[in-house]
Amino acid sequence: MKKAGLLILVLMIFVGTVQAQKITGAGATFPYPMYSKWFSEYSAAHPGVEINYQSIGSGGGIRQVTAGTVDFGASDGPMTDEQIAQSKIKLIHIPTVMGADVPAYNIPGVQDVKFSPDVLADIFLGKITNWNDPRIAKDNAGVHFPDQKIIVIHRSDGSGTTYIWTDYLSKVSKEWANGPGKGTAVSWPTGIGGKGNEGVAGLVRLTPGALGYIELIYALQNKISYGSVKNPAGNFLLATTDGVTEAAASVKQMPDDFRVSITNAPGAKAYPISSFTWLLVPVKSQDPAKGKVIKDMLSWIIKSGESEATSLSYAPLPANVAEKVLKAVYALQ
Amino acid sequence: MTETRIPKTQVEFQAGPESENGAGSEATAANVPPAISEVRRFLLSRGNSSLADGGFRWLMVICALSIFAIVVLIGTVLVRSSELTRAKFGFKFFFDQMWDPVNGNFGALPFIYGTLVTSLLALLIAVPLALGLAIFLTEMSPKFLRGPLAFITELLAAIPSIIYGLWAVFVLVPLMRDHVNPILIRFFGWTTLFSGDNLGLGFLTSGVILAVMILPIISSLTREVMTAVPHSQREAVLALGATRWEMIRVGVLRNARIGIVGSIILGLGRAFGETMAVTMVIGNTPEIHKSLLATGNTMASVIANEFSEAADDLHLSALIEIGLALFIVTIIINAIARLLVWAVTSGAPARVN
Repeated sequence: MKKAGLLILVLMIFVGTVQAQKITGAGATFPYPMYSKWFSEYSAAHPGVEINYQSIGSGGGIRQVTAGTVDFGASDGPMTDEQIAQSKIKLIHIPTVMGADVPAYNIPGVQDVKFSPDVLADIFLGKITNWNDPRIAKDNAGVHFPDQKIIVIHRSDGSGTTYIWTDYLSKVSKEWANGPGKGTAVSWPTGIGGKGNEGVAGLVRLTPGALGYIELIYALQNKISYGSVKNPAGNFLLATTDGVTEAAASVKQMPDDFRVSITNAPGAKAYPISSFTWLLVPVKSQDPAKGKVIKDMLSWIIKSGESEATSLSYAPLPANVAEKVLKAVYALQ
Repeated sequence: MTETRIPKTQVEFQAGPESENGAGSEATAANVPPAISEVRRFLLSRGNSSLADGGFRWLMVICALSIFAIVVLIGTVLVRSSELTRAKFGFKFFFDQMWDPVNGNFGALPFIYGTLVTSLLALLIAVPLALGLAIFLTEMSPKFLRGPLAFITELLAAIPSIIYGLWAVFVLVPLMRDHVNPILIRFFGWTTLFSGDNLGLGFLTSGVILAVMILPIISSLTREVMTAVPHSQREAVLALGATRWEMIRVGVLRNARIGIVGSIILGLGRAFGETMAVTMVIGNTPEIHKSLLATGNTMASVIANEFSEAADDLHLSALIEIGLALFIVTIIINAIARLLVWAVTSGAPARVN
C-alpha cells in the first residue's frame, strides 16, 4: 500500500510538470551560451515555464522548426527563399545578438597585421600565396614580412562562422561570389580545414604562416590576437562588440523580415565581418498558450536580456533595431 | 511448478546414490532403468526439457536474426534518405571528385580514397607491431612483464578518440612535421609518395594515429587466439628439433591465422569508422593526392563535420549517400578479406586442436 501511495505521488508530480508550460527550441550552436543564460533566467523568473534549447546546429534547427517538431528554431544564417517556401509553418526571423569573424594569423615575428578586403579575398582564393606579397606590405607600412608561404585555415565543419566569412568575401570579391560563394560549408579553393573554432585556432597556432578566421567571442575569451580589417568607410578596425553593434546600426534599410546581411556595413566605426543570429519563431503558434509564453519571453529578451550580451562577449542589438524587433514581437499571434 | 521442484532434486542429487527417498523422485525412479548414471537421472528428474530447449533455440535465432534486421534497417534508411542525390548524380556520385555544397555538386571519390588510404596505412603500421607484441606476450615475455604490458595495451583501447585527436594535434603533428617527414622526404622523396608541403597534417599522420588506435584491438585478440593454441602443438614442433622462431611460425601462427585475420578485420572496421581523431589531423580537404604528406578527407569525418549544419536537402542527401558509400566499401573490403582467408586456408585446414 505504501508503494501505491508513492506511485500516486510520483504520478501527481509528473502530471504537474506536464501541465507546466514546456517549450522546446533547437538550432544554432554559436549563440548557445547566451540563449542558455537567458532561458534559465527567464524560467527562474517565471515558475512553471520550462525552456529546453538543444544546440544541434543551424541546419537542424531550420529543419525541425519548419517540420513543427520544436516550438522555435535558431539559425546563424537567414533561411533561403526556397526554405521559406517549403516550410509548413509561417516563420519570422527575430535577430537576438550579433557576432563577428576575425582573421587570426601566425607569422613568426610579426604582429598587428592589417588586411584590405581584396587582399583577404585573394589570399583565400589562393592568388596571394606568400606573406611577402607587395599587396600585403602596402596595407602594413613599416612591417617587415618574412618570405613565408601562406597556409589558409578554414572550418572543416559546417558553421555559421563560415557563413559570415564567405558572405563577406562574396560581397568584397566578385570572383569569390561567382566561385565558392557563401554557405555554412563551401568548396575552398585553397587551405586546410580545422574542426570548430578551437580546431582552427589550434592549427593557426601550430602552423607557421597560417591565416584562419575565428569567431570573435572565441578569440576574446581565449585571448587570441587577431588582425584588423578595412571597412567600406576606409578605416582599419580591430573587431570589438561595439564595432559589431555599430555595423547593425548603420544598415540603412532594415527589411521587415530582418533577413539581412550586415557584412560590409557602411558605418565609419562598423566592423565589416559581422552578422546577426536569429531565432525562428512561428508567426501564429499552434498552441495559443505556448505562443503567449514565447511572445512574452521574446519581449523580455529584447527589453532586458540584451543588456547581458556584452558580459558574454556577444554584441547587443543597437537601439534602432531593438525597437523594430520589439514591434515585430508584439505583432506575433 | 519448476521453481519448487529444482531445489528438491538438487538436494537429492547432492545426497548421493544411497538416499533415494523424497516425494519428487518416486515417479522418475520408477521409469529409470537401474543402470543409468546419477547425472542422467538428475537431468531426467527435471522432466521434459524439450520445451525449454525449443524456447532457448528460438531466442538465440531471434538474437542472430536481429543482426540482419539492424543491417537491413540501416541500409534502407541510407538508401531512402539519399534519394535526391541518387536521382541527380546516379552512379557517377561514387566516382566524381567535386564537393561543392554551395552550387550543389557532390562526388564521393576523394572521401572513399581518403578512408582507404588512411586505413591501409594504419594496418601497415599496426599489424606488424600488434603481431610482434602478441608473440612477445604469449611466447617470450618474462612473467613479471606480461601483466603490465597486457594491461597497458588494453588501457590504450579505452582512451576516447577525441583524446587521441588532441594528442595527435599537439604532439604528433609537430613531431611528424619537424622530425619524421623531413627524413622521409630526404630518403624517399623520389617515390613522390612523400612530396609537397610538409604541414605535419595529412594521410600519413592520420594513418599513424589510426594505427595507435587499432593496435590494442588487434594485439589483444591475437594474443587470445595464440594463447588458445594447445601446448601439445608447441611441444610437438620443438620435439622435431625446431628453433623457437620456427616453433612460433609453424606451431602457433599457422594454427592461429584465422583468428589473427579476424582481429585484423575488426581493427580495420574501427579504422574505417573513426571520425574525431582523423578529422583533427587529416586537413579536411576533399582532394586526391598521391603524396602521403598531402591533406585529404575521409567519409566518416565529412559526415560528422557537415551533417549538423547542412540546411540544404541535396547536401544532406549527399552526406547520407556518403554513409551508404561507407557501408558498401566496408562490405566489399570485408568480403575481400574473407575470400583471402578462404583462399589461404583452403587445402590445408587449420589445426586448432
